[in-house]
Amino acid sequence: MLDRVLGTAIGIKLVYGCLLGCFLFFTAFVYTSEVPETAALPDQELALRGKHIWQEKNCSACHQFYGLGGYLGPDVTNVMSAKGKGEGYVRAILENGTATMPDFNLSVKDIDALVAYLIESDRSGKSGREHFEKDYFGQIHLKDQTNIPQQ
Amino acid sequence: MSRSIGFLSIATGLCFLVAGILFGTLGGVFYLFPQELRDLLPFTKLRPLHVSSIIFWILFTAIGGLYLYLPRHKAKLANKLGLGQYMLLFTAAIAILGCYAVGIFGGREYWEYPPVLGIFIATSFILLALNFYKGLRHKPALEKWPVYRWMWLSGIVFFLFSFAESYLWLIPYFKQNLVRDMAVQWKSYGALVGSWNMLINGSALFVMEKISNDKTTARSPLTFFMFFLGLFNLMFNWGHHFYNLPVSNTIRYTAYLVSMTELLILAKIIWNWRNSLSQAQKYKHLLPYRFFTVADIWILLNLVMAILMSVPAINLYTHGTHVTVAHAMGTTIGINTMLLLASVSYACIKFRNGFSLSQVKLLNRGLYLSNASLLVFWLALIGAGVTKAILQTDNPEIPHAFLMQQLAPWFIGFAASGFGLAAGIILMAGQLLRAIINRRRIPEQNQRQLQTL
Repeated sequence: MLDRVLGTAIGIKLVYGCLLGCFLFFTAFVYTSEVPETAALPDQELALRGKHIWQEKNCSACHQFYGLGGYLGPDVTNVMSAKGKGEGYVRAILENGTATMPDFNLSVKDIDALVAYLIESDRSGKSGREHFEKDYFGQIHLKDQTNIPQQ
Repeated sequence: MSRSIGFLSIATGLCFLVAGILFGTLGGVFYLFPQELRDLLPFTKLRPLHVSSIIFWILFTAIGGLYLYLPRHKAKLANKLGLGQYMLLFTAAIAILGCYAVGIFGGREYWEYPPVLGIFIATSFILLALNFYKGLRHKPALEKWPVYRWMWLSGIVFFLFSFAESYLWLIPYFKQNLVRDMAVQWKSYGALVGSWNMLINGSALFVMEKISNDKTTARSPLTFFMFFLGLFNLMFNWGHHFYNLPVSNTIRYTAYLVSMTELLILAKIIWNWRNSLSQAQKYKHLLPYRFFTVADIWILLNLVMAILMSVPAINLYTHGTHVTVAHAMGTTIGINTMLLLASVSYACIKFRNGFSLSQVKLLNRGLYLSNASLLVFWLALIGAGVTKAILQTDNPEIPHAFLMQQLAPWFIGFAASGFGLAAGIILMAGQLLRAIINRRRIPEQNQRQLQTL
């Protein structure tokens, strides 16, 4: 079977074409599949500005969203709702820096924008492993399903 | 295609390797003294300088291999396209590193530079694709293509596609939703890494064919099956980067199932292990083959790790820890860099004057030192990752500063081994650069390595 399909140039081109077709179809699915709606937030424009500042200061060199980013600083996906943290804590750090995080001399407007961006990330889902449970198949699921898109 | 541009590209790649390793070593030191170095050597600059230098090492050297190994077509056109491609990529690389050095960002993780510079990289790859196409059309194949040509083609096509995809965040539909944006970002990154792996693996297979003088392997149905399995993973397994992201279950289950097909690759490696050992014995006197042998060991180690990390129930604990960094370092240094060094040493032997015995000795020392250090480095990162996972699972609210203090012994391990790794790689890069630049003929009594190919 393997020899018959992959032993000829036409068979190889056919398999390649099929894979490419499936890839493009899956790509379209990824682009259009449901995600938690955070776009309806009242301060969407401000959050977008916060996202640009996040990129301009290269915050992802040290911080993560959903565990993706650098590991020198903490994951900030849910910093706005974390016990003992929240907006006041975030503002204080953004205003002054810490022993390891430089003071970026951010203006009040910049800090407002970054806070809005962090609120958006907090509303999009949960990243800590304590929020997940495993099924018999080895897959993980959020314990609280309210943010998972419905199939 | 064009040999001189091939060597120019490889030499540039080697310089980026040295730069990347030095930035990486400084990054390791920063982990030990974050407070003291906070303003002197900001990590926001060091990390992108390190990562981008290494990416450019891979791109320049893999592309250099293509120029050396592909059929040559009309010299003038090939040279023009090649030079244009090289200049665009070089301009982009220098501008990008310059931006990082002065603190101009605006992109995202791994491509942190202002997005406009991406145009240079994309155009450079379009010229490469054109050159590749012209080269193959100039000398049409009489029989079916060997697998390495398919790999090169896939590498170029998927790089262009995924690179463009990684900029979809500029469109409001994507950037306005954090989750969709992150899903597309990591989809494109997964395929980008897969695309340059295709370029590297293609060159590695080409060199293997030349060393062993066996033309059947690169054309056998089983080799094509493994190639398609790799391509299948490049296309569909990237979801294992973000099992905790609230995306559709279809994406998460597809990633899980597709990642598990890598077990077939693992099975093949174990099945062929004895054969690989006897081959390693047969060709152990060949310098490129030594690089292949160590890459084989790193492939086995990292594949086992990748398969484990792709199981969501395990990934839940490894994700967001230094285990991920260990995997990235193990694959980039242990596999990609060793395969590229094999390709460069083959090119130096085949198309330049090869190495003198003293150079071979230094290269061997560099090889042993870098790989022994990489093992310590890799284990230290795994240790840091596992410790972090245990501490965070026991106490999800553990303060980050306290967590980092607990990991300090592992950081000392990886920073210290980083120096050994840097010394070994710089030693090898220096000898390879010497062999590329030096066009003087090596005395006959010193040509043992040359004669073996």
